[in-house]
Amino acid sequence: MKEKNNNLIGRIQQYISKTKGPGFYRADDRVYHPFNVIVQKEISDHVRSWRFIILLVIISLTCLGSMYTAMSSIKETIKPNDPEGSFVFLKLFTSSDGILPSFVVFLGFLGPLLGISLGFDAVNSEQSKGTLSRIISQPIHRDYILNAKFMASLIVVSVMFFALGFLVMGFGLISIGIPPTPGEFLRIIIFIFISIIYVAFWLNLSIVFSVKFRQPATAALSGIAIWLFFAIFYEMIVDLIMKGLVPPTGLVTEAQMINFENFRLNLLRISPSQLFSDATTTLLMPNVRSLGPLSLVQVIGTIPGPLSLTQSLMLVWPQVTGLIAATIICFVISYVSFMRKEIRSR
Amino acid sequence: MNENIIELVNLTKKYGSFTAVDQLDLTIRKGEVFGLLGPNGAGKSTTILMLLGLTEPTSGSVRVCGIDPVTNPIEVKKKVGYLPEDVGFYYNLSGWENLMFTARLNRMSGKEASMKVELLLEKVGLTEAAGKKTGKYSRGMLQRLGLAEVLIKNPEVIILDEPTLGIDPAGVVEFLQLIARLSRQEGITVLLSSHDLHQVQKICDRVGIFVGGKLLAQGDLKTLSQVLFEGNPFVIEAGIGFDSSGLQLADNKAQEEWVKRILASVVGVQAVSKNGNLFRIHCTRDATGEIAKAIVESGAQLYYLNRKEYGLDEIYYRYFEGGKKNERKE
Repeated sequence: MKEKNNNLIGRIQQYISKTKGPGFYRADDRVYHPFNVIVQKEISDHVRSWRFIILLVIISLTCLGSMYTAMSSIKETIKPNDPEGSFVFLKLFTSSDGILPSFVVFLGFLGPLLGISLGFDAVNSEQSKGTLSRIISQPIHRDYILNAKFMASLIVVSVMFFALGFLVMGFGLISIGIPPTPGEFLRIIIFIFISIIYVAFWLNLSIVFSVKFRQPATAALSGIAIWLFFAIFYEMIVDLIMKGLVPPTGLVTEAQMINFENFRLNLLRISPSQLFSDATTTLLMPNVRSLGPLSLVQVIGTIPGPLSLTQSLMLVWPQVTGLIAATIICFVISYVSFMRKEIRSR
Repeated sequence: MNENIIELVNLTKKYGSFTAVDQLDLTIRKGEVFGLLGPNGAGKSTTILMLLGLTEPTSGSVRVCGIDPVTNPIEVKKKVGYLPEDVGFYYNLSGWENLMFTARLNRMSGKEASMKVELLLEKVGLTEAAGKKTGKYSRGMLQRLGLAEVLIKNPEVIILDEPTLGIDPAGVVEFLQLIARLSRQEGITVLLSSHDLHQVQKICDRVGIFVGGKLLAQGDLKTLSQVLFEGNPFVIEAGIGFDSSGLQLADNKAQEEWVKRILASVVGVQAVSKNGNLFRIHCTRDATGEIAKAIVESGAQLYYLNRKEYGLDEIYYRYFEGGKKNERKE
């Protein structure tokens, strides 16, 4: 079995290496902008690397697994009179049988891993290979290197996510036989965009580490440490803080309780994974009306019904902006420290 | 031909309180092969980085081909090829692919790039290995590939940082000859840094000795030895046997004192020191004959006498020792 696997992967690699490679190897009359040349080279490096093949396999398996659970549980999840009844297609992404998590949850968990692994050795491995000082002595602006690396990884991630998203949609279409409404389709596209932004955040974070730390292993570990911190410990810490702050029930009014709950949620929203899961659940579950607590007064009299796409988007707008802002902050940090770095040969 | 292509005026680079390059003045003319010579950590690489605009000088000015690399690094990098110390390539790509990448970064069209790459690979003798991944190249091959890469952009100046590091002696000779040939054929100015004077002097028109961030001397070998050995330019090495003289001289110091005493009558003798089995006698003039006479007359046996020519080693150690002394003073 193992041999068979090796054979298969070997054949894939052989096939990849037989293809011609990036366009700038061709002896044509075109003159490429140096930025595009670096992007092309980085993409080809990514696509040919073992790392990417492994990640692709993991994420494809995730995709298949979660789709399987969604299919098997989709009958039970659709109840009569369910306001979400009209959004059967979105269930493909969100429902689970309780054993395997849903596609969205999986992506929220594996996205950071993808981002970190595409970026952790962006700069420091070039330095340790001795190629960085060679490249920056070419007549190009220094920031091309960093920008092109980010761009290349982003393109790779985007292509991968769109491909996977459309694959899930396609398989879903075949197996459940109900086509998505335009609204559902748009929601899925926006969901994919947000996922890409989310991965871009982790990508930039790991690029920051790759500029700061000389050893790729240190950079990778730092990225993974932050990911684990937010994935596992952060919620515990917030709960601990809240336990100290909130007086025992009975002593607080409803309004105070809501304030405390909002405070807790805002603390949680420092974590990018919380922002991501807020944004994606709202988009893929149109009946989510608010991301914070609602008082009884607010709920009384509401007719359960799905939000329109624009309403859902408005609800998650802060989350999306937050994710983009965090991404930009990381990028700026890596940019500034890279531009000011003195690059010596190894 | 006397156009200055590199001009450094009062160049200083400080890292915190440490001065890596200290008020350096240096001019390199067009078409010249200049060797920057110094021990490790002398500031050679820092100077080179400043030439390319890869790091900013603390004070002073740099001009390369008439351009200031601090404000206009891109223009400088178009004209200057730089081979970093211990150059590296993308080991998962072949030599040809690596060079194509560089050519394309220099905005060459595909046709132009592939022609240039083939030509240069042939020049450095790597045509057969062109399709091999650079991860499988030997150190010497990598260095030659580096030289080809530097030449891709048709540079006016090439800067080579420790180009002979890690190559075997035969490879070094071959590599340096390649550099010299290219420089002469294409009229390229070459600045190379090294810590090995023996290798450098073979191809350099001029040499600058760089210690502790300062340029101690520059010029061709003759000028260097004149500048350096102004004080006592002659050293005579003598092997003296004391057995038959009946003298009891226990240690080196006593022996030195004794030799000094018997040579007191010889005009021009400045100092005597014992180096291994030989005494080194420093003089202001060539007093070999008189020294021999004085020793023989004293009753000791003279079994070796040699007037030393100032070779490269002498120059090198002299300067580097000087550098170390300076460091200690600071």
